[in-house]
Amino acid sequence: MTSRIIRWLLASGVLLACLAVSAGIQAQTDDQVLLEVQALLVSPNAPDKTVAIERLAQADHPRALEIYALLLDSKLYFNRADDFLYVIDNVVEGAPALALLSQETSLIERRRDYRRVAINNAQRTQIRRVMAQTGLNHERMEVRVGAVQQLMGDLDQDALTLIREAYVSETHGRVRDLMAVALAIDTLTSGDEAAQRDAISVLGGSLEPRGRVALVRYVEATDQPRLKTLAEQALVGIDQQVRFYKGLETVFFGLSMGSVLVLAAIGLAITFGVMGVINMAHGELIMIGAYTTFVIQQLMPNHIGLSVLVAVPAAFIVSGLVGIAIERGVIRFLYGRPLETLLATFGVSLVLQQAVRSIFSPLNRSVQTPEWMSGMLHFNPVFAVTWNRLYIILFCLMVFFLLLLILKRTALGLQVRAVSQNRAMARAMGVRSERVDMMTFGLGSGVAGIAGVALSQLTNVGPNLGQAYIIDSFMVVVFGGVGNIWGTLVAGMTLGVANKLMEPWAGAVLAKILVLVFIILFIQKRPRGLFPQRGRAAEG
Amino acid sequence: MLWKLIREDRGGQILLAMLLLAIIAVPLLNGLPSDHPLHIPTYTVALLGKYLTLALLALSVDLVWGYLGILTLGHGAFFALGGYVMGMYLMRQIGERGVYGHPELPDFMVFLSYDSLPWYWLGFDSFWFTVIMVMLVPGVLAFVFGALAFRSRVSGVYLSIITQALTFALMLAFFRNEMGFGGNNGLTDFKDILGFSLQSRETRLGLFIASAVALMLGYLLSRYIIQSRLGRVCVAVRDAESRARFLGYRVENVKLWVFTLSAMMAGVAGALYVPQVGIINPNEFSPLNSIEVVVWVAVGGRATLYGAVVGALLINYAKTWFTTELPEVWLFALGAIFILVTLLLPRGVTGLLRRKEAV
Repeated sequence: MTSRIIRWLLASGVLLACLAVSAGIQAQTDDQVLLEVQALLVSPNAPDKTVAIERLAQADHPRALEIYALLLDSKLYFNRADDFLYVIDNVVEGAPALALLSQETSLIERRRDYRRVAINNAQRTQIRRVMAQTGLNHERMEVRVGAVQQLMGDLDQDALTLIREAYVSETHGRVRDLMAVALAIDTLTSGDEAAQRDAISVLGGSLEPRGRVALVRYVEATDQPRLKTLAEQALVGIDQQVRFYKGLETVFFGLSMGSVLVLAAIGLAITFGVMGVINMAHGELIMIGAYTTFVIQQLMPNHIGLSVLVAVPAAFIVSGLVGIAIERGVIRFLYGRPLETLLATFGVSLVLQQAVRSIFSPLNRSVQTPEWMSGMLHFNPVFAVTWNRLYIILFCLMVFFLLLLILKRTALGLQVRAVSQNRAMARAMGVRSERVDMMTFGLGSGVAGIAGVALSQLTNVGPNLGQAYIIDSFMVVVFGGVGNIWGTLVAGMTLGVANKLMEPWAGAVLAKILVLVFIILFIQKRPRGLFPQRGRAAEG
Repeated sequence: MLWKLIREDRGGQILLAMLLLAIIAVPLLNGLPSDHPLHIPTYTVALLGKYLTLALLALSVDLVWGYLGILTLGHGAFFALGGYVMGMYLMRQIGERGVYGHPELPDFMVFLSYDSLPWYWLGFDSFWFTVIMVMLVPGVLAFVFGALAFRSRVSGVYLSIITQALTFALMLAFFRNEMGFGGNNGLTDFKDILGFSLQSRETRLGLFIASAVALMLGYLLSRYIIQSRLGRVCVAVRDAESRARFLGYRVENVKLWVFTLSAMMAGVAGALYVPQVGIINPNEFSPLNSIEVVVWVAVGGRATLYGAVVGALLINYAKTWFTTELPEVWLFALGAIFILVTLLLPRGVTGLLRRKEAV
């Protein structure tokens, strides 16, 4: 007992001395703090560790959060021989041990040498509080939100005090709102009647799930009928809003799925819709676009963010060239024989698949998502959208309107439309129809490649990527009406939203089956799709 | 009467003669001692039987594609349905010999904690009921699908695409455990058929002979159809659908009956296929399989019937050879066959042998 006290005194003495020094000349470096903390944590005395935790926070040490996390996860060990701290995942002989200070890795020789730095419950609470405190003052808004949410999980007086202090200086609206909710939850149980009424109105205006739970509890517990009705009204309002946002979220998911469908199908809308060529290798052109993204990322591993942007034109060119090669090598001999074209291009698709399998291995390749595409766009506590879904929708619309512009406003577009409507007449007017065929097919294939870039951000890039999309793509084009790229856009979005609307009660697979069955039936009713072509071209 | 069907059909005469020869010769050669140079191992007998069922499938596709001009990319669905029906019978035959030893429920149902057989599994313990269903199930699906599609005059590429969607939708559906068909494992671990063990040499030979006989019957039936008035209307529909309609023929009825019949033939092929390979799973529905069948027909020579059989046998033999010897090359080879046949051999390999004649 006495020895403990002496040790504690010694340690505190060291600490006090250090504090004096640091306050005095501020010359103490982070490393010295770390050494000191190491000495304290290695000590078998619990109070020493409390001091160490405090010390890290006071020094505002850059590695403080890391060390706290390690302590909470029980991953911090010390070696009984050298009294140094090590980070160890698994204490077995031969496993790596990372020295906390020097960051050097060594291998564990004997298990018995290492002892875990154990902390008690009080210290855990202390760490959480310190972490929250640090979090509440963090410069990044997301971290502050996380800290408030952490505190709301266990809303005791300490936590409330912290929040109340931070609330005063907080400027960001979202964090303030969250803090207000936290405080209102407390007022609901502790405040007087007027305060409770205010709290109800604060909670009623927020969609924070914890606030709703607090209101539900309040309704059950309160004995004041007026406040009870008020709280019930607030709950009804919250539930209505939550339902609305859930619906909005479903529509958003549907639109993003629809965008993927449109992207995959729009190249087909050109080759199939405008030229009347059944290109079963379309899916493989998408796959080539996805692999182009992969290769470009391998070429510029340090610029992932940029690589996706570079991949868009690159994939357009690569897939476009492959498409032109297919057109020149196979399809041009088969114009006017759609069924034979279907078979021959299916052969091409098999060859391309196997080629990719031989070059890149049959395993899936992972394409990294650039940082600017990850993360969420946060609207309110129940409605947040991921950036990559949002970008897909925007990207899809961009590609669509660009394509529309090319088809409607350029010389190539005019010639394409002329040839698709009446080949003989167009030739008579001096359009080089062979060249137009080639360019159109190249354009459609290039767009497929661009779709591949987008898909590489959403799914696995593998040799079967194309096959997964070919049937969907045909469905979208046929549903929308062949020869009409507006139809493709509407059809893709409709199918996407319909799919997501059905998913909650039918499940993903059944939803897909239902959509397929619906299209099969729809084609019976309107064989030319949603927006049929009119006039002579439709009779072909 | 039978002779009349194939009198002008040299290819058919040769084919039927070969099949007859095979029915007699294969059991004899299989009976030879195993070190004899002409001995055919039982394993090969099963393989040949499998080829013959696939040839029957190709024949059914040629009937609708070659003579009606319907490029079906979903005939694999009818084949697989016939297979599943047979699979259900074979599952019921297992009885108490399953892993869980349940007297009535197949293993996967015990595993998924069913307490009784779903209603659509009832009756499949009877062989004759199964035989009827083998034809009825694909037939009804083809009838309903065809009635819808042909009445509303969905034709050409659109029809191809929706047949593909049909088989794709069925594949997704059969992958679901809730369907009650074993999910993605399908039906397997069959023990015996009509009381004969599926592993025994005699059963294998029996199945081989049954397949050959089914192929011969299928061939004669197809010949009968195309030689009849109906057959000539079929060709008229294929070559000029609008004109046939304006001449007063009910085009959609012609299409519907031939399509349904062809689906039933595919179902029979599937039912004979399953006991010989010992498994049926949702991959049989995959759109790739159906397209492959079309290529067999194209390779053999469209609208000849015997060409479909030749194509199916050739490509499947090539597939077996490649997938054991050079697995990486197989898809290259198959793809190349697709391209080359459509570009260079529109009449298929049998077209090389035929004199220039009106098809």
